[in-house]
Amino acid sequence: MNQFDVIVIGGGHAGTEAAAAAARRGARTALVSFDPAKIGAMSCNPAMGGLGKGHLVREVDAFDGLIARATDAAGIHYRMLNRSKGLAVQGPRVQADRRRYAAAIQTMLAEQANLTIVAGEAAALRMVAGRIAGITLADGCDLVAPSVVLATGTFLGGRIFRGEEREIGGRVGEAAASVLAEQLRGAGLPMARLKTGTPPRLDGRTIDWARLDEQPSDTDPWTMSPLTPARTLPQVHCAITRTTEVTHAIIRAGLDRSPLFGGAIAGAGPRYCPSIEDKIHRFGDRDGHQIFLEPEGLDDHVVYPNGISTSLPIDVQEAFVASIPGLERTRILTPGYAVEYDHIDPRALDATLELRAIPGLFCCGQINGTTGYEEAAGQGLVAGLNAAAHALGVAPVILDRASSYLGVMIDDLVLQGVTEPYRMLTARAEYRLRLRADNAETRLGPIADAAGCLGDARRERLERRNVARTEIEGGLEQPLSPAELIVRGAPIAPGPHRRPGSEWLRLAGVTVEQVAPDLVADADPALLAEIVEDVRYAPYLLRQEAEIAMVRGNDAIALAADLDFAGIPGLSAEMVERLSTARPSTLGQAGRLRGITPAALAAILLHARRRAA
Amino acid sequence: MVLDCGLVLVFPGPNSATGEDIVELHVHGGRATQRALEAALGEIEGLRPAEAGEFTRRALEHGRIDLTEAEGLGDLLAAETEHQRRAALRLSEGGLRQKIERWNDRLVDVAASIEAALDFSDEDDVPEAVTAQSGVALAILSDEIGRLVAAPSVERLRDGVRVVIAGPPNSGKSTLINSLAGRDVAIVSSTAGTTRDRIEVPVVRSGIAYVLTDTAGLRNEGADEIERIGIGRAVDAIAASDILLWLDDTPPPYAEALWLHARCDVPGRQALPTGPELAISAASGAGIAALWSLLEARAKALGSAPDEMAINARQRTLLASAETMLRAGSAEPDILLRAEAIRSTRAAFDSITGRANVEAVLDALFGRFCIGK
Repeated sequence: MNQFDVIVIGGGHAGTEAAAAAARRGARTALVSFDPAKIGAMSCNPAMGGLGKGHLVREVDAFDGLIARATDAAGIHYRMLNRSKGLAVQGPRVQADRRRYAAAIQTMLAEQANLTIVAGEAAALRMVAGRIAGITLADGCDLVAPSVVLATGTFLGGRIFRGEEREIGGRVGEAAASVLAEQLRGAGLPMARLKTGTPPRLDGRTIDWARLDEQPSDTDPWTMSPLTPARTLPQVHCAITRTTEVTHAIIRAGLDRSPLFGGAIAGAGPRYCPSIEDKIHRFGDRDGHQIFLEPEGLDDHVVYPNGISTSLPIDVQEAFVASIPGLERTRILTPGYAVEYDHIDPRALDATLELRAIPGLFCCGQINGTTGYEEAAGQGLVAGLNAAAHALGVAPVILDRASSYLGVMIDDLVLQGVTEPYRMLTARAEYRLRLRADNAETRLGPIADAAGCLGDARRERLERRNVARTEIEGGLEQPLSPAELIVRGAPIAPGPHRRPGSEWLRLAGVTVEQVAPDLVADADPALLAEIVEDVRYAPYLLRQEAEIAMVRGNDAIALAADLDFAGIPGLSAEMVERLSTARPSTLGQAGRLRGITPAALAAILLHARRRAA
Repeated sequence: MVLDCGLVLVFPGPNSATGEDIVELHVHGGRATQRALEAALGEIEGLRPAEAGEFTRRALEHGRIDLTEAEGLGDLLAAETEHQRRAALRLSEGGLRQKIERWNDRLVDVAASIEAALDFSDEDDVPEAVTAQSGVALAILSDEIGRLVAAPSVERLRDGVRVVIAGPPNSGKSTLINSLAGRDVAIVSSTAGTTRDRIEVPVVRSGIAYVLTDTAGLRNEGADEIERIGIGRAVDAIAASDILLWLDDTPPPYAEALWLHARCDVPGRQALPTGPELAISAASGAGIAALWSLLEARAKALGSAPDEMAINARQRTLLASAETMLRAGSAEPDILLRAEAIRSTRAAFDSITGRANVEAVLDALFGRFCIGK
């Protein structure tokens, strides 16, 4: 059977989410992969989540996506980052057993209705009258579908660099999607090259663990997906070590043999996850950079040293690893390397991740210039939902910045484009106070349900939570007198005025145990904690609402799709270029573009008004 | 037929004031010449008189000026005193925008250090001391914003420093206002209770605009109904005054009043008793020049420094809210909320410059213009 609604090319984190999401929405979906045994592979860090990224994982999960549940099925080390800094910036981070993670993904895909895995290489896209009609595989087989999702990751025109070595490939030992890359380049799409790197993999049996500081898994038994009741695997420790002056000296001596500094890699690298060569080069006065030694699996002696991503030659890697405390006798199993790859300028996409130039073609993941499994999964979810919408003729799913980190990411990508690999940070979200990792399902559950992509378990949970929420909110509105609270230990002054519990909670030092001990005893603790946090942040959220309403004033001003920005006097050539590439559909979007001044905005507005008049 | 001999200036766009080609005709004054010229221009196909604010609007449309500059231009056109003119000029030359840009840059620096602490602290790459420093930086910045908020508004500069003349009935108030105004604005008579209403007269002196207000004499009994209403208005005027001149032999019941010893031309009253600051005689003119000097000194103390800007009510409201948010943020122990305060402040700045909610600002702006400029 070669007829489908949606074809997804690529079985990485973006592709798997896209395929599963399209299938959940009822589309007949094909997932095309070079090697189905490698579907769900984690190509770099064996960890999911973190600061900002953890938000994306929970949001994908709210749509019943795969990433969080697979993480829990393979989770061997759980750490809540920024625990002391407030729920809005807490980042759930889980290290996963690589093999078990991939197995969990493959199992979930096998159990997903409407989904077929196809082994093969996508050689070319097929188009009819400028619209997508399907793909042709390298073996000549044609697959027909009105929607195609490109989730090819680092395989597209990938080149591997390690010291003086060069290879064609996306991940070590795998073929690159060069033919497809040629076709995309030939289609005249705006493209660029980026690079990403990975550290050497170490043999954990040759690490001197006893000398190093340990970092155990969190004792608080939280899980990545709220649908996962408990952790199932035994937990491991991580260890912490640091680079030394000797390490830095060795690296400096080898800089001239690094592809980064030798000029062989043209792509820009990430600011946030730089190679150890970059770190030494830029922060040379630091006396040491922290390294986390992360076991890659339970029955696996491979250890991932987080913090020493590199593309230096093998002999230099061996030397600098040996200079790190605890790693003096450590064997390198796979040396680190850098990958340079093509990506599409995401400004060519609209908010559904559909390519404006080729209707029916959707792009998600690293192909759009992002870095990270979580970013890829988030885009995969949205692309899959919308590819299904395109094929089935149902409503698209468009998320805005005020609703989710998914919305922030997609808006950033399609409006601003990328100059370096895009990675999520909480700083990117102006509505960070409301977008917490712990309230993803509250925020997105209704949207996901409306899109029809929730399974029964998830939907039932949504309903139960709504009921419980009403009860808790009612409980918190009960008026209390100061005397009642003081008796329970609250640090407040006595007085005559009774106030609702929610108001008391906003005072420093007042806890929910003091305000509503019954709720603490009966209610779901996670839901209660979420609502208490909402209550505490409520005044700020209210002000944000007012601000959003005001800013939405600009969003309400539509700009014609064919607006000729070059014809608006007073805009610099650079502004015209940015506007014409991003094609903002509202004045609000135009205002968010980098480099657009208020004077220019006023000029655009007045011009748009005159045209309308 | 020759209408006039004059000067024709051509400013080709896009480097003209509005970005378009501009032609200026400089002709001899005289209403007849102007009318004849306007009539002749009116007959040219495709030419029409500019609407109120239209040139400024075109400058805005072509991105030649931004919103705060346009607002400043409006103030400039309404300026009647040198002080107002300088304040408005600073605004129209982008003074406020530049100030806001510099504040914004500093906010971005503080925000960056806070974000680094929030997003990367776990990688052990950012020191905790950063958050202490950010609190100090925000407190300093909110003080600076506060100083601009407290500066006198352009409306006060435009409308004038409110000088209220008050005292018991028949103390010489109306005579004084006539003397200061240089003409008879108030009725003077020897009967107590002559002035029943407030008399306001704008006066410009030494580049400063004043609104002088004569009031009904304050007394507790012996007043009829109308006079009582007038006394009520006098009390209101005193409350709203910038400078209060008190005419009486008994000390003024208001702490900051300028106590004057009036009618010093009358025999027995020439010497300045202890208490009042100045002896004057509106009838003879004695002490009036000295009174003006005192008024000027006080007005200047109230007024903005020569290099300061005068902001309007719209800008003031936004800056005041920014100041409040930033001050709260500087003391906020939760650095997440501190980052939120910075973000809100920058949003307020965007509203001032017009980056956010452009429409509302443009509407408010162009409602103010009433001449063709």
